[in-house]
Amino acid sequence: MQIFAFYLFASIVIASAAFCIFVRNPVHSVLWLILAFFNAAGLMLLVGAEFIAALLVIVYVGAVAVLFLFVVMMLDIDFAELRAGFMKNLPLGLLLALVLMAEIIFGIGAWSAGGMGEATAVVGPQAGGPSNIEALGTLLYTKYVFLFEAAGLVLLVAMVGAIVLTNRKRGGVRVQNIQSQVRRQPEDATRNEQPEVGKGVEL
Amino acid sequence: MTAYLQSVLGVELGWFVGTLALILLIALPLMLAVAMIIYTDRKIWAAMALRKGPNVVGPFGLLQSFADGLKVFLQETIIPSSANKGLFLLAPILTFTVALLAWAVIPFSEDMVLANINIGLLYILAISSLGVYGVVIAGWASNSKYPFFSAMRAAAQMISYEVSIGFILISVVLFAGTFNLVDIIKSQDGHIFGMVNAYGLNPLLFPMAVMFLIASMAETARHPFDLTEAESELVAGYQTEYSSMAFALFWLGEYANILLMCALNVILFWGGWLPPLNVDWIPWFDIPGIFWLFGKMFVIFFIFSWVMATVPRYRYDQLMRLGWKIFLPVSIFWVVLVSGYLMLTRYG
Repeated sequence: MQIFAFYLFASIVIASAAFCIFVRNPVHSVLWLILAFFNAAGLMLLVGAEFIAALLVIVYVGAVAVLFLFVVMMLDIDFAELRAGFMKNLPLGLLLALVLMAEIIFGIGAWSAGGMGEATAVVGPQAGGPSNIEALGTLLYTKYVFLFEAAGLVLLVAMVGAIVLTNRKRGGVRVQNIQSQVRRQPEDATRNEQPEVGKGVEL
Repeated sequence: MTAYLQSVLGVELGWFVGTLALILLIALPLMLAVAMIIYTDRKIWAAMALRKGPNVVGPFGLLQSFADGLKVFLQETIIPSSANKGLFLLAPILTFTVALLAWAVIPFSEDMVLANINIGLLYILAISSLGVYGVVIAGWASNSKYPFFSAMRAAAQMISYEVSIGFILISVVLFAGTFNLVDIIKSQDGHIFGMVNAYGLNPLLFPMAVMFLIASMAETARHPFDLTEAESELVAGYQTEYSSMAFALFWLGEYANILLMCALNVILFWGGWLPPLNVDWIPWFDIPGIFWLFGKMFVIFFIFSWVMATVPRYRYDQLMRLGWKIFLPVSIFWVVLVSGYLMLTRYG
């Protein structure tokens, strides 16, 4: 059963990653990417990392990819232009692919050579041991607490930076003032008059 | 049941058949429940508008939803010529599937749960974050401007409210000390000095219960937050170009999602299958837990309907303001407050 699930997820990941690159339409591309993320989460479930799998779906599929899709959907797609850029970017793309492949090969080499102590420990949670969340939590908040906080700080700086870069005051924009809208009473807006016949009402 | 089938059919096949049977045992009654809850919904609005509501098909109009379903089933499926066919048909299927998926971890009573996993709540968050894709893909694939506006709105709205829902859930998880839905309900047993069985009655968590109710309305794009299908602005939103079964699948998925949110409200804040008060002199522990769960879900659903019948639709900027400027800061503050309180009383 597990073998079957592994090959199912793995083949879908690879196929959808390939489709993500090769399809012409960027929206389809993002959707294939989402499928790849989702099946990668399935693979993580198989190695017993259910917390990481859930986070992958929540963060990447649920938030990041939605924003991708959001942006890509609004593009005005010109297919001829898309194809024209292909040859120009090919050397850079090949270089990147080469670097990534070298990293993967080095990673596998280091892992099979034994790694640094902990990497050789038993992979996956043991039955009856602490759950994924507990194990990760204790490790993150005790042993790696400074690295964890530093990562948080980096993210905070990035967030503040993004807000500073995009938040600029523009003149001539009409904004909603919620307080004044809530405070507004019927008496401020309406008036009850009984005009005499033949007389109008001054507005 | 799975154990019995495994003894008959062998371990692997027995597990497969047993799980399949349990899935059907959840999904088919769920479809029936959706049909009946649509009828209930219409009856409640009708009562609030001093109308009679559906009362022709069957006794008291009980079969109205089935008649509607049959009508929709017999209609022709129209696919707009400029639509992106594959995605156009994928969207309703996706909405419907995702709406069913989350029910896998919902505990109906202490031992009636299909998948009792220890990341149950995270699983529900993950699945409900997939729900937006059905709407977004439908809006884009229709290749029409109103569905597209609707898709944009849906994407922004669901992401905004998911953030604060996440923080609200964290304050519950801090109290319960687990992500497992069964354990979350068990931890509510005898909550305040052993008196009540609900986190919602804890003064510290009551504001979160209210906020979660509102946020779940926004998350399911239900009134007063149904900006995605605001008929005065967007015809029918992302469903505009849909007809026949594709439309029906959206409809079913939407109501299955609403029921799911009702169930989540009950499980997280109102004690799930437990009776409301933890006292013995009323024999309500003898009532099977599933009735308590369904009863509480119905109360929450009534509130959903009530709000729909009475509250006018929010303006889009008000919706965003509520999500980002009110719910998000308050829920973050509440996480700090709850963890501080727990540090003082439980772990300190």
